[in-house]
Amino acid sequence: MATSAVELRRALRRAERRSTLGGLALALPLTAFLVVFFLLPILGMLAKAVENSELAIAMPRSTEALRAWQGLGPPPEPVVAIVAAELKEAHARRQSAMVAQRLNREEAGWRNLILSTARRLPDGPQGSWLETLVAIDPAWGEPAIWAGLRRAARPWTDIFLLAAIDLHRDDHDAIVRVPPDQAIYLDVLLRTFWISALVTLFCLILGYPLAYLLATLPERWANPLLILVLLPFWTSLLVRTAAWIVLLQREGVINDLLVRLGLLAEPVALVFNRTGVLVAMTHVLMPFMVLPLYSVMRGIPLSLTRAALSLGATPFLAFRKVYLPLSMPGVAAGCLLVFILALGYYITPALVGGAADQMISYFVAFFTLQTANWGMAAALATLLLVATLLLYVVYARLVGIDRLRLG
Amino acid sequence: MLGSGLLGRATLWAFALLVLLFLVLPILVIVPLSFSAGAFLHFPLPGLSLRWYARLLEHEPWRITLKNSLIVGAIATLLATLLGTLAAMGLARARFAGKGLLMALMLSPMIVPVIILATGAYFFYERLGLTSSLLGLAIAHTVLGAPFVLVTVSATLGALDPTLVRAAHGLGAPPWLAFRKVTLPIIAPGVVSGALFAFVTSFDEVVVALFLTGPAQRTLPRQMFDGIREEINPEILAAATVLVALAVLLLVVAELLRRRSARLRGIAP
Repeated sequence: MATSAVELRRALRRAERRSTLGGLALALPLTAFLVVFFLLPILGMLAKAVENSELAIAMPRSTEALRAWQGLGPPPEPVVAIVAAELKEAHARRQSAMVAQRLNREEAGWRNLILSTARRLPDGPQGSWLETLVAIDPAWGEPAIWAGLRRAARPWTDIFLLAAIDLHRDDHDAIVRVPPDQAIYLDVLLRTFWISALVTLFCLILGYPLAYLLATLPERWANPLLILVLLPFWTSLLVRTAAWIVLLQREGVINDLLVRLGLLAEPVALVFNRTGVLVAMTHVLMPFMVLPLYSVMRGIPLSLTRAALSLGATPFLAFRKVYLPLSMPGVAAGCLLVFILALGYYITPALVGGAADQMISYFVAFFTLQTANWGMAAALATLLLVATLLLYVVYARLVGIDRLRLG
Repeated sequence: MLGSGLLGRATLWAFALLVLLFLVLPILVIVPLSFSAGAFLHFPLPGLSLRWYARLLEHEPWRITLKNSLIVGAIATLLATLLGTLAAMGLARARFAGKGLLMALMLSPMIVPVIILATGAYFFYERLGLTSSLLGLAIAHTVLGAPFVLVTVSATLGALDPTLVRAAHGLGAPPWLAFRKVTLPIIAPGVVSGALFAFVTSFDEVVVALFLTGPAQRTLPRQMFDGIREEINPEILAAATVLVALAVLLLVVAELLRRRSARLRGIAP
């Protein structure tokens, strides 16, 4: 009897293990596909945020010498000699521009210093190599450029990640704020969070009563109305964005109407500014608020609030003490989802926003496609990804991965 | 309770209807404008005509970009549906530590901003020879579409009574036959609506397209994007109206599938 029970349990475990292995085999193709075409590209892109290979490629011996040298101010003559010789070689190989560009990231203006020095370097030193360099440009006598070169020689750099939050390293390698006239990314970051928060709030204010009404209607009424919520969801994002431009632009439908009705003396700017971004993004993201709210609210029995009312609660008190707390899971799910999706928005702000309304994604695209400043693009993308993943973890904990549905 | 009195209920209805109008009206407003006889986006229309639709048919770029989008959409839908359905079936029967983590990875393309995938693909698909190719774009779109299939199929699988499959096995059906005769008919609505999601995702995707395609692989959304950025004209609205019609069609199909699936699971529609 006991033996057969043990055997049974063992057989069951074997069967379960076989089932799990079969399941894993079925899940393998998608896993492998996502690793190759999603995970690895993203990890590779993240590596670009700390990549520091320019100097190592163009001036390998100098890179090694600079890594070995510790100290401030101009390095000892042998190191200077290697740097000077290799800069000249790099110039001959047309690689000095790469070095110049890398050093220019350390300080604006060093591009010219490197390029003109590389051009004017003589074949042999006049006096010491350091004196020769200083004769070409006195900047070579300062500690700053040598500290910069040493940072460019490191295997990794934090320059892009620091720059993404408006920080940089000074001549003594200390992390400090960049001058106010160069500080832009914290603004972009705050703006991205601020726009996302406002859009989330607007979606909640507009979506909560709608979801509540739909949830308290009989299904044969709620379903057709729900389709109206789903229609924008299925309609192309570009179509919806174009529609808002048509409606909101200066010669657009809404301005036209308001002027005709005499409510406005002349058309006002409603699009290509913050208003346009907020209106269009609220419209685009609204279904992601209404649907989770609706599915949670459908499960709240109305008898509970009726009980509160019959016990003498005012309608408002019954709502605040009974219904609102029960609907909070839907509020959390909808708000998190809308906020996360809003953080990464690119197309809508790019089309209906002005220069001061662009969010972080815009700058990632700008640095990748327009200026080929890949380190900066990758650093900003890293910030965006970290913020998104943190919120994704919160969503998984609070709402549950299995409830993640975009439709 | 909010909206318990007659007045409250009326206010609630009025507010909800306004929100619904806000959701639907902008989409509907472009439809009449696309039939305008004039070139300006104004009401009242100077007259009705189909001239912008004729332009759509005549203009070479629309035809080429539509073709490209259909090719990319077809490949992405096929791959996403296949991979997503297999994974959903696998995850439904596997019990192991770290399953939640795997699920989180598989669903993350829905959450991770598209610009991140686009930038990563821009740098690394090149090594695989997948930039400036429709296949590369289709692969990126598969990444974006597969989670939708995973979700919809998982939902129908969750409602599948495992004793049905066991009964089929018990009656001597080999696994493939049991899948084809029992599992597949029940999860079919989930598979098809997942496929629809995957197709719509690809057919509307412009960020990755901006990063991965050259002039020869321009897709319909890219064509729209550039057109909207330059200046919106009735021709673009005609294209937009066609897309709205497509959205309505797909929405109706998805809704019918949802009802069918609910009926199969024994829940009244």
